[in-house]
Amino acid sequence: MAEPQPPEHRRSREEILSAIRSHQPPGTELPTLEHQWITYVDRPAQFAKVLTEIGGQWVRVPDAAAAHSALGEIPAYREAKQIISRVLGIGNSNVDLTNISDPHALEPIDFAVLSGEFGVAENAAIWVTDRNLPLRALYFIVQHLALVLPAGEIVDNMHQAYERLKFNRAEFGAFIAGPSKTADIEQSLVIGAHGSRSLTVFCVG
Amino acid sequence: MNHATLAAEFVRNRPRAHWHDTALWFVRAKRDKAVHSLPEWETLRETASAIKLHTISHLAEYLEQFERQATALGATVHWACDAAEHNQIVLDILRQHGVKKLVKSKSMLTEECHLNPYLERHGIEVTDTDLGERIVQLDRKPPSHIVMPAIHMKKEEIGELFHKHLQSAAGATDPQYLAEVARQHLRHKFMEADAGLTGVNFAVAETGGFVVCTNEGNADLGVSLPKLHIACMGIEKLIPRAKDLGVFLRLLARSATGQPITAYSSHFHGPRLGGELHIVIVDNGRSQLLASGEFRGSLKCIRCGACMNTCPVYRRSGGHSYENTVPGPIGSILAPARDPQHYYSLPYACSLCGSCTDVCPVKIDIHHQLLTWRRELAVHGHLPWTKRFSMKLASIVLRTTWLYGLMGNMGRWALRNFPRWLVYNRLNAWGRQRELPPAPRRSFRQLYQEHYGRTTTAGTSPQPGGNSVGDSQSSTSRH
Repeated sequence: MAEPQPPEHRRSREEILSAIRSHQPPGTELPTLEHQWITYVDRPAQFAKVLTEIGGQWVRVPDAAAAHSALGEIPAYREAKQIISRVLGIGNSNVDLTNISDPHALEPIDFAVLSGEFGVAENAAIWVTDRNLPLRALYFIVQHLALVLPAGEIVDNMHQAYERLKFNRAEFGAFIAGPSKTADIEQSLVIGAHGSRSLTVFCVG
Repeated sequence: MNHATLAAEFVRNRPRAHWHDTALWFVRAKRDKAVHSLPEWETLRETASAIKLHTISHLAEYLEQFERQATALGATVHWACDAAEHNQIVLDILRQHGVKKLVKSKSMLTEECHLNPYLERHGIEVTDTDLGERIVQLDRKPPSHIVMPAIHMKKEEIGELFHKHLQSAAGATDPQYLAEVARQHLRHKFMEADAGLTGVNFAVAETGGFVVCTNEGNADLGVSLPKLHIACMGIEKLIPRAKDLGVFLRLLARSATGQPITAYSSHFHGPRLGGELHIVIVDNGRSQLLASGEFRGSLKCIRCGACMNTCPVYRRSGGHSYENTVPGPIGSILAPARDPQHYYSLPYACSLCGSCTDVCPVKIDIHHQLLTWRRELAVHGHLPWTKRFSMKLASIVLRTTWLYGLMGNMGRWALRNFPRWLVYNRLNAWGRQRELPPAPRRSFRQLYQEHYGRTTTAGTSPQPGGNSVGDSQSSTSRH
């Protein structure tokens, strides 16, 4: 824990809050968010369509064994020297994450296979957390990322997504949608800015 | 500053101004396509607007709730009244941890507070890690757009800059190659940083967490490697509930770049294991905006940049002509609120076309507020004397019928008989970029009188109850 703030900064807190209180406009209602939000007849198909549009790769497989053999076909995986897989039966780990406590040590990892909790059909985002992955840096520092998504775990839209999420403890979570990208040089889309150069989604089931 | 003068410089290079316009319109078109993929778009906008209005009307409670929850999760919350205090707080935290190198992800608030030069003056190396931000940082210029900071630069210029600073190949202009050079360079910076600083897109009162959205993953790399994470947020970034994020994340990227969502939407709740998280809540004039019924709505802004991309003036005058961290339509509301004397010209950089209001995902009535600003600025005497004097003169002329007629006659005569140099000179702002229309021999009033056979002359006062000379005397025009 950091040291407590010096007193002048506590004064600022009171100053800001009292300035807000003295200017606060009359109260308005908070909307309920109950609405017929968009749904899709075939959620995996919608997910796959958007994922492809945003530069990700979609691989639909019946089971983990099929995912494992499909993974073996991916050039980035075949060329990878250091691999971490945290999904049972998919990919061959040759780096033991349990021996690593400093996230900086993850920099040379070429390929990681990690699990996604659930996906969102409208925007191809996958929810990941650091619950079973203490070094969350791995999601971002790895050169190539594969996320394994159970086919039954795809919701229609972001409202359904937040119905599933609870934030009642210190935890990191993120929606990852496609590989890292930038368009900061003359609006030309470049895949692989700082984070993963590719994102492959294995939709299992 | 004067927007028109600065814009004139940008417009002088015509091919470049055209290129800038086209680049932004491309993004606006992508936004439209993304918006049309959702039938509930208008419902989303209305909901977002209502959530933000509600938050503003309960802001103090929500800030307290946020602080309570964030602290319970292990974060330390700081409060800063202004930019100076914000910078001081950040420096203090960095010093306590012996930080020499800081990596930052894009944050318009720290830009507004001029944090980088401040930290650099105190011996800390600051690296902006968003590619566009890094480009303008190397170029020693401020961002010209809040979402696309280097939208004003050509790839040839970026190539040259990278060649000079990052040892890329001379003459290289390929975006793929240049982005790879930046990736290698910035990965090195991430590895050696002692601390990471991010902005905040949305802070959630209910949970004490906050969300940062990037496409590059730079915020995540910046704060998941070192142990210290500092997050800086304006008081207006708050939303009440985690589920409200569903509304805002659906709106933000679609409005900003036409994407269905940013590549990374990261939710930070408390520090990482063995690390520290400091959240700095900043006012810097925002609570003053609350006081104004007319401008308070601008606090709903989620900084998507859609109003800039659609604005015909921004697209053609370039972001730097606004000389403000937030340029374009929304910036033209926020800047004069902070310093009306300095930014008086920004609300005039508006054609009142209303396109900004149409695209705003949180339904801020931007162009109405800009019009209101013009009145405010005039009432409080912030206009330059030329404008005040000419408006005063116009008011006298328009109120005095005989003078109006006389001036009309003189004007028409002058336009027909004066040599060009006497009409099109520096004093005549209206003749600067356009030909004045050919002046007719007779005025409208004369034609009207001829047509209806009346004989009033210039100088006759209006009849009681009439709006103008013609109106009051012609039975055909009576209602």
